[in-house]
Amino acid sequence: MAIAEAQNEVITTADGVPLKISLKKALWQRKKTALLLVAPLFFFVLITFLIPIFDMLLRSVDNSIVAEQFPTVVVEIRNWELNSTELPDEATFQALFKDFKAGAIEKTISRLGRRLNYELSGMSSLFRKTARKIKKVETPESATETMIALDKKWGKLETWRLIKRESGKYTSSYYLSAVDAKKTSDGSISMKDEDRQIYLGLFWRTIKLSTAITLLTIILGYPIAYLMATVKTKTSNLLIILVLLPFWTSLLVRTSAWIALLQKEGVINDILVAIGVLSDDGRLAMIHNETGTIIAMTHILLPFMVLPLFSVMKTIPPSYVRAARSMGATPFTAFRRVYLPNTIAGIGAGGILVFILAIGYYITPALVGGTKGTLISNFIAHHISSSLNWGLAAALGAILLALVLILYILYDKIVGISNMRLG
Amino acid sequence: MALPIHASIGERVWHYCFIAICVSVFFFLIFPILIILPLSFNQQPYFSFTAEMLRLQPEAFTTKWYQEFFTSLNWQGAVKNSFIIAFFATIISTFLGTLAALGLSRPDFPFKTTIMGLLISPMVVPLIISAAGMFFFYSRIGLQGTHIGVILAHSALATPFVVIVVTATLSGFDHSLTRAAASLGSPPTHTFFHITVPLIMPGVISGALFAFITSFDEVVVVLFVGSYKQRTIPWQMFSGIREQISPTIMAVATILITLSVIMLILLELLRRRNERLRGITPH
Repeated sequence: MAIAEAQNEVITTADGVPLKISLKKALWQRKKTALLLVAPLFFFVLITFLIPIFDMLLRSVDNSIVAEQFPTVVVEIRNWELNSTELPDEATFQALFKDFKAGAIEKTISRLGRRLNYELSGMSSLFRKTARKIKKVETPESATETMIALDKKWGKLETWRLIKRESGKYTSSYYLSAVDAKKTSDGSISMKDEDRQIYLGLFWRTIKLSTAITLLTIILGYPIAYLMATVKTKTSNLLIILVLLPFWTSLLVRTSAWIALLQKEGVINDILVAIGVLSDDGRLAMIHNETGTIIAMTHILLPFMVLPLFSVMKTIPPSYVRAARSMGATPFTAFRRVYLPNTIAGIGAGGILVFILAIGYYITPALVGGTKGTLISNFIAHHISSSLNWGLAAALGAILLALVLILYILYDKIVGISNMRLG
Repeated sequence: MALPIHASIGERVWHYCFIAICVSVFFFLIFPILIILPLSFNQQPYFSFTAEMLRLQPEAFTTKWYQEFFTSLNWQGAVKNSFIIAFFATIISTFLGTLAALGLSRPDFPFKTTIMGLLISPMVVPLIISAAGMFFFYSRIGLQGTHIGVILAHSALATPFVVIVVTATLSGFDHSLTRAAASLGSPPTHTFFHITVPLIMPGVISGALFAFITSFDEVVVVLFVGSYKQRTIPWQMFSGIREQISPTIMAVATILITLSVIMLILLELLRRRNERLRGITPH
């Protein structure tokens, strides 16, 4: 009874406010402080990093250039069917003439030509040629005849179907090119011809090389992590420094070191020639190909494998293996059945980390990869700075990002993001 | 790891094989870095040893590449830019990152996993994608090719390291200390500056070192967000390796290795101090 009475009675704090409300207020106050502390960084990362990434994703589907250059054409062409066997009507041609002439005077129309050329080669030259001529032509009676007279490609259904297909605000064509597919003239999707396929092979090569590098780091990293975990602390500290030194050394320093070692006139070839393994003209090509990328990246990423492995192995009591041995297990069985299963988490953590880092690598493949050892990121860079096909660069980047995020979620499941430790 | 007295011959053989394997892996790790040192003194403008160098003839060695590094306008501009950019990026990211870590490590922080995930995403997203996104966006708002653009980009890339390191330091933080201070009548700000700050300082400094090295060593984003005017040491090395290979790069590399050794020692000292402060003695 006494308890029930006490429950009915509202407990208040010294200033008369009910305790529950007071407590809620205090908790909210603390939450607010915590949120306020995080807010500056959150907005900073949002503006400097997250919005740019989002902007890139938008760019991969953005097609506004067509509507900007062809404002009336995209309206008129709505009346024309994609599978029609006749050319669009005169009104559409009038719109084309008007938009094209305006764009030619503004000198912006060639940008659209370049854009459409990604889908159908010959478009860029068609636009340049027409732009040169159209400035001298007055508004004609029959725009259809005039345009076809300027270039007969304007009388081809193929050209019009392309414009019709790409007249929307958004396009999937960058993604299609990124996986070597294309829209055919009737709007269905098919793969490009075998000899024009680039990116699927490139994704495959990126995954293949990353897998090879990950496996190599496991094979090389496992024994030394084991050694580091089982020797005396003093020796172990020294060995950690040997792993951390390359970890802290500039990426470009390590890459240039491998160039010095692996090139045709480099240290390794010199040694092999000097001891007579190779003849002077039989020097090995170890750089500017896949081998170069694999060797240099294995070296660069090895510490990322060794450190998580080491921290897992350090927690395995040596008595486990001893117990297995005392019960008659051979050293190999004891290792395989007792020690190895205990280190799986470390292998998983290090493996995913190395793989994530490897599939997005740019600098090392760019310098030692030549043409055969370059990865998907090198093509993203190429499309940004050389070919200027930014939409395709963004689409390739988005696919790579999706791959990495899937692996990242996997990593989070195995290790937990908050358990990430450095150094 | 020591071999027991009763080890069989097979075990002995395997033991020495294992040691040999480990030695060769360590050799693989360290040798490429060591090879740079002698090459940076090469008289000839190649990335390899000359016969004279191997015979240790003094005239085969030179310090002219170091002189070139210290006198060339390209390299000196790069050094200046590297330090300016890394300095400001370190300050911004350390300040914002430490604040955020203080908030994140409070027990009642809402949506912790999601926000933590977003905050450390710059570390996870491949650099080429960050660089591409930043290039598109920063050129749209006029920050591409400016020092401010590169500094902001580097700050964003460096904050995850600060957040992770400082959060880790705070996870071992004894909250009864601040409560004790409060019970003795210390106001929150006073407690913060006199109790919390000194205790998390090693974490903050090592976070700042991580941030500095992230910016100092970063090249992909500089290549895209920056231009020649923002060239940093890695930028200069990258274009140097691509265009004209000269041992100046090896000289720069040697200097950078020295720098990273210093960094490594600093971090190790900080780690030990941190453990001592938290009452964890290294075993």
